[in-house]
Amino acid sequence: MQLIAEDLVIDRGSRRVIEGLSFAVRQGEALVLTGANGIGKTTLLRTLAGFIRPFRGSVRLDGGDPELSVGEQAHAIGHTNAVKTSLTVLENASFWNAYLGPDAPSRARVDAALRHFGLEELGEFPAAYLSAGQKRRLGLSRLLVAGRPLWLLDEPTASLDAASSERLVAAVDAHTATGGIAVIATHLPLGLERAQTLDLAAQRIAA
Amino acid sequence: MTRVWALLHRDLRLAVREGGAIGTALGFFLVVVSLMPLGLGPDLNLLARIAAGILWIALLLAALLSLNRIFEADYEDGTLDVLATGPLPLELVSAIKALAHWITTGIPLAILAPVLGILLNLDLNAYPVLVGTTLVGTPAVSFLGAVGAALTMKTRRGGLLLALIVLPLYVPTLIFGISAVSASAGPSGAGSSFLILAAVSLVTMVLGPVAAAAALRIQIQ
Repeated sequence: MQLIAEDLVIDRGSRRVIEGLSFAVRQGEALVLTGANGIGKTTLLRTLAGFIRPFRGSVRLDGGDPELSVGEQAHAIGHTNAVKTSLTVLENASFWNAYLGPDAPSRARVDAALRHFGLEELGEFPAAYLSAGQKRRLGLSRLLVAGRPLWLLDEPTASLDAASSERLVAAVDAHTATGGIAVIATHLPLGLERAQTLDLAAQRIAA
Repeated sequence: MTRVWALLHRDLRLAVREGGAIGTALGFFLVVVSLMPLGLGPDLNLLARIAAGILWIALLLAALLSLNRIFEADYEDGTLDVLATGPLPLELVSAIKALAHWITTGIPLAILAPVLGILLNLDLNAYPVLVGTTLVGTPAVSFLGAVGAALTMKTRRGGLLLALIVLPLYVPTLIFGISAVSASAGPSGAGSSFLILAAVSLVTMVLGPVAAAAALRIQIQ
C-alpha cells in the first residue's frame, strides 16, 4: 500500500497555497509535515482526506480498497475533536466504534482505546466536564476504536501534555509497524520511528 | 444496519439530553395557539372555523425553531467531517438525521396539537383527523427542513434565512393538512386531501435527503 500525491496544486479562496507538490508515503511509514503557520499544512491534509478538491493533480491510495475513496479509508483528525459534550466519554467512543468499525461493535476495543489514551477512569464522565487535553485524547481515541489504514492528523499534540504526546507517538508507531500509513502536521519534534519529513516552506521555494 | 441504528440512537439521545429543542418547540406552539383566542375574541364559531389553519401554521413555525440544529452542531464540533467520510452515504446520514428530528419534534407537536385544539373550540369529530394529518404531514417538515438546514449550516444566525428558504416549500403540506381537517366535517370526507398529504411527505422523504446531501458536500469543502 502506498499513498501517492501527484503534482498537487491547491487554491484556497483565490490564493494558491500548494504549487506542484508530489510525494509518496510507503506502507509502514509516517510523513511529518512542517512549516510555519499558514503554509498550507491543514489545506494539504484536508485535500488528502478529500474535503478540498485540488485545482490540479490527484491523490490516491495504491493497494487500498478500490471501492472506497481515500477519505473513506482514512481517519482525518483536524482541529476539532468530534466529541459530543452531552454524551459520556464511553458513549462517544462507543458511537464511533459502532459507526466506523468494519466489524461488529466491540466493547473490548473501545476499552483498549480509552485505556491507551488514559481515559479508562473517566468512562461514565460527561464529556462536557473534560479538560481541553482530555477532550483531545477522546478525539484521538477514534484512531483506535476503528481500524483504517491511513491516518491524517493535523497538529494532534495540540493541548496534550508530554505523557499524552508519548502515548500518541506510541499509537502512531504501532500503526506504522502493522503496515499503516500516517501523515502528521506538527510544530513539535515527535520522535516517530520510520518517519520522513516534508518541509512545505522548502518545497515552496523549490517550486 | 448497526450503523444506521447507532447514528439514530445517538441523535435521539442527544435530543433528549440537550432537551432545549423539544421544549422550545412545544412551548412556542402552546404560546402562539393560546394567544389566538385572546387576539381574536371569544367568538366560538369563528375560532372553530379557523382552528385547523391556526394549529397547522403554529405547528410549522414551532418546528422551524429546531431545524437549524439538524446539521449545525455536528458541523461545529467536526462530527460532520467524520460522517462524510464514514461508511454510510451522506444521503442516508441526512435521512437518519431528518428522521431523528421528526421523532423528537414532529411527533411531540402532533401529540400536542389536539390538546391545543380545545383552546380553539375545534369540532370534536375533527380530532382523529387532526392527529392523523399532523402525524402524516410532519415528516415533510423535517425532511424539507433538512435541506434548508444543510444550506444554512455555516451561516451565522442562519435561522431566519432558513425560515425564508423552507417556509414556501411547506405550502403543499399546509394546504392539504388544513383541507383534510376542514373536509372531515363536510360530506366528502378527508380522504383525498389526506392521501395527497401523505404523498407530499413520501416524496420529500425520498428527495429531501438527496438534496440535503448535495448541499452538505458543497458546504464541507
